[in-house]
Amino acid sequence: MRLLTHNFLASNVRGVSTGYPLALEVAKSSIKEVELNADFLRGILPKLDWRALVAAASAAGFPDLLAAEQPQEAELFADGAADAEGSAIRRLHHALLEIHVDEGALVCPDSGRSFPILKGVPNMLLHEDEVRH
Amino acid sequence: MSAGDSAAVSAVEGKLAELSTSCDLRTLPRRGKPASARTLNTAQIPLVASHPEVYEPCDDSFALVDALLSDKAQLLALQPSLCLEVGCGSGYVITSLAIMLRQLGSGTQYLATDINQHAVETTQGTLGAHGIHADVIATDIVSGLEKRLAGMVDVVVVNPPYVPTPEEEIGIKGIAASWAGGLNGRQVIDRILPAVRELLSEKGCLYMIALEDNDPLGICHLMNEKGFASRVLLKRCTEEESLYVLKFWQDAAVSTNASQSGKSPGSDSSWLSPFRSFWHKNGSSS
Repeated sequence: MRLLTHNFLASNVRGVSTGYPLALEVAKSSIKEVELNADFLRGILPKLDWRALVAAASAAGFPDLLAAEQPQEAELFADGAADAEGSAIRRLHHALLEIHVDEGALVCPDSGRSFPILKGVPNMLLHEDEVRH
Repeated sequence: MSAGDSAAVSAVEGKLAELSTSCDLRTLPRRGKPASARTLNTAQIPLVASHPEVYEPCDDSFALVDALLSDKAQLLALQPSLCLEVGCGSGYVITSLAIMLRQLGSGTQYLATDINQHAVETTQGTLGAHGIHADVIATDIVSGLEKRLAGMVDVVVVNPPYVPTPEEEIGIKGIAASWAGGLNGRQVIDRILPAVRELLSEKGCLYMIALEDNDPLGICHLMNEKGFASRVLLKRCTEEESLYVLKFWQDAAVSTNASQSGKSPGSDSSWLSPFRSFWHKNGSSS
């Protein structure tokens, strides 16, 4: 699971209204490089919860990867930024698409319910009594 | 394609010329693609992982992938940012989709869900064997993604559990979840459709398999009431079943008609008549 997906997952336990963001616990992670696509990042940016992403990157061992506040689009998508080592857009790309959480857990901020991540797959399956009806 | 099919299609096309309709049947693919076209554009069967409790790629999976291939130009033109498979099973379909859209590179990201924990692992295996990445989530349909992913997914593919079974077979763990569809095979489909409608972006498309027994016309009708146009991308009869691959997308004109008429579009239904004749003629000739 990448942090992109973490950013879009919420607790689905019965009785929880927000359940977001899920606290990320990381036991094992890996990095897989992929090509940066500025159009994808531009499209997804308005939908991201920046603070959840910062917290997740920090949990994965990268506390200084992202700025605390979301950078301006002008900075992120400035000419040449995508090719500049350490630029804001490269850091965002790395955080969203290159960090993989292989083993760990996602913890519901409201109920404390822990959803395990095994072999890269978060398990959001609920027990019978936790399902919303 | 047999002569009978061609005649039926011509008849439908004739009707289409007369009526403005949201159900466009003009691009019916030919049956039996050359094997080479399929292998270059899809997952390789020998590389598809397997598990005794996971549904293996079968006629329905091939029908869905062939329908996606027949619509590849439209999929590429859509430039989807996010693609999602609900019920990924062996991973054959999501892997094939990623392979056929590979020229979009990392501009397109993939998600896949399955309620069967063996299936999510099998999907990971299939993706890995092809060098493709998708984030796979063990969950019921899209549970946990509804809120934050609403309106964001550009392509959804679903090969649902469509086999009519006794209701109590739904919820059985393991491979039964891949087929047990309850009454008319519709019980899980009818939970998937509203969930998927919430996730689709404005330009988003849903590709779904349905069986004759599922009342595909009724499914299109239901989606039409919610503002979605539909098209039969493919119909294929196997020894055991008649499969349809349906495509749905939001259409402002459809929503206007549905809301203005204030009644079901089937009741007066010019929009359905070509569809119905397609059903009738093809159904009886094959």
